[in-house]
Amino acid sequence: MTDTDRELRVSKIRNGTVIDHLAAGQALNVLALLDIDGSGGESVSVGMNVPSDKLAKKDIVKVEDRELSQSEVDVLSVISPEATINIVREYEVVEKKRIDRPDFVEDVLSCPNRNCITNAEEPIRTRFSVLEDGLRCDYCGEIVREEEVPSYLDVA
Amino acid sequence: MRQDHLISATQLSRADIEAVLDRAAEIDADPGAWQGRHDGSILGLCFFEPSTRTRMSFDTAMKRLGGRTIDMGSVESSSVKKGETLADTMRVLEGYADALVLRHPSEGSAKMATEFVDVPLVNAGDGAGQHPTQTLLDLYTMRQNVGLDDVTVGIMGDLKYGRTVHSLASALTNFDTRQHFISPESLRLPRSVRYDLHESGAQVREHTSLDEVLDELDILYVTRIQRERFPDENEYLKVAGEYQVSAEDLASAKDSLTVMHPLPRVDEIAPDVDDTDHAKYFQQAHNGVPVRMALLDMLLSEGGDQ
Repeated sequence: MTDTDRELRVSKIRNGTVIDHLAAGQALNVLALLDIDGSGGESVSVGMNVPSDKLAKKDIVKVEDRELSQSEVDVLSVISPEATINIVREYEVVEKKRIDRPDFVEDVLSCPNRNCITNAEEPIRTRFSVLEDGLRCDYCGEIVREEEVPSYLDVA
Repeated sequence: MRQDHLISATQLSRADIEAVLDRAAEIDADPGAWQGRHDGSILGLCFFEPSTRTRMSFDTAMKRLGGRTIDMGSVESSSVKKGETLADTMRVLEGYADALVLRHPSEGSAKMATEFVDVPLVNAGDGAGQHPTQTLLDLYTMRQNVGLDDVTVGIMGDLKYGRTVHSLASALTNFDTRQHFISPESLRLPRSVRYDLHESGAQVREHTSLDEVLDELDILYVTRIQRERFPDENEYLKVAGEYQVSAEDLASAKDSLTVMHPLPRVDEIAPDVDDTDHAKYFQQAHNGVPVRMALLDMLLSEGGDQ
């Protein structure tokens, strides 16, 4: 089976963004992180546990009529650093974005330290510095390992 | 390096620390010369948790510099009781004072407060986070007794929740020290502190018994193990008993061993240690005044050089 065959499991899009090679199980977290819930009317296709050469299994998300910005895709690095981003226009990939590890992420996850000031009723957003293999709360210093990040995503 | 706030010991370089300790030594040498240096300045004391030593030594330090203090009083009698956010409280209080001292039960509270105030702010303890001014007076005491380079330090007790421990461990990485951490397994250093120590390349070892290292130590820094950290009373009594020292326990230590404690102590250092040459914890507590005078002087001076 060729790559193209696999891609066809989820329909091609005319214009928009394809987020590929997501760690299996992360597709819904990606949509939540990007605040994509369908309420904007965009058409969204999600493939989960799709066989992949690069990863044993991957998730894939296609968002029609929306081109993600660099800062939006960088946030994805905290849950799926291997992801690739293709911007599609008229069925052609016109741009491949690389995910860069941002220096910090804001308002993306809640601090696991229940006694952290960010978990009190204060007028602040959470902010985590991005470490090599995890995140660190800029307020209390708590470290969240990469594998723990999905549990604390603030996407309710 | 100019800094407006003192939030964490991790922000302090060796030069920053030495500048404060040198200033404290100048103050100690001639306290009268500093009276009137900050005439008319007002320090706001914002304590959301009980405190005796820290609150009173800041109060004394400011007054010995010629300034005055205002105190928000207990949380029970303040607007916090009405549900005001810390952010709002601090925004209001900064209009009343030239500098603020904050103690609060939540980790990260002082860091957050700096986002809402323009006057210098000093963290006097944020939950189980940091207590950097305690560290400065700890270092001052260490320097007076054994110096800060080529020393072996044992830090014992509640290393998980002890904010004085977290600040001290971090500050010591600026000096040529070997650090030994002695605690029950359940109260080991938290991941974030171990991460910082590892990143700084510090020489660190962890132990469950003081006997393993006592004879190597130049300094033994004892902290209190709190009852509320244990689910049941028996477990607490069993564990806490293993981390208490008496004069007899110190028989195998170096004669020059300096024993310190941020106080208050309960029973982790027996009273018979007080009569030995090892005991420096009251000297340490007294050092809170010159060290906090030095820090306030630097933060309040125009174009502060701290």
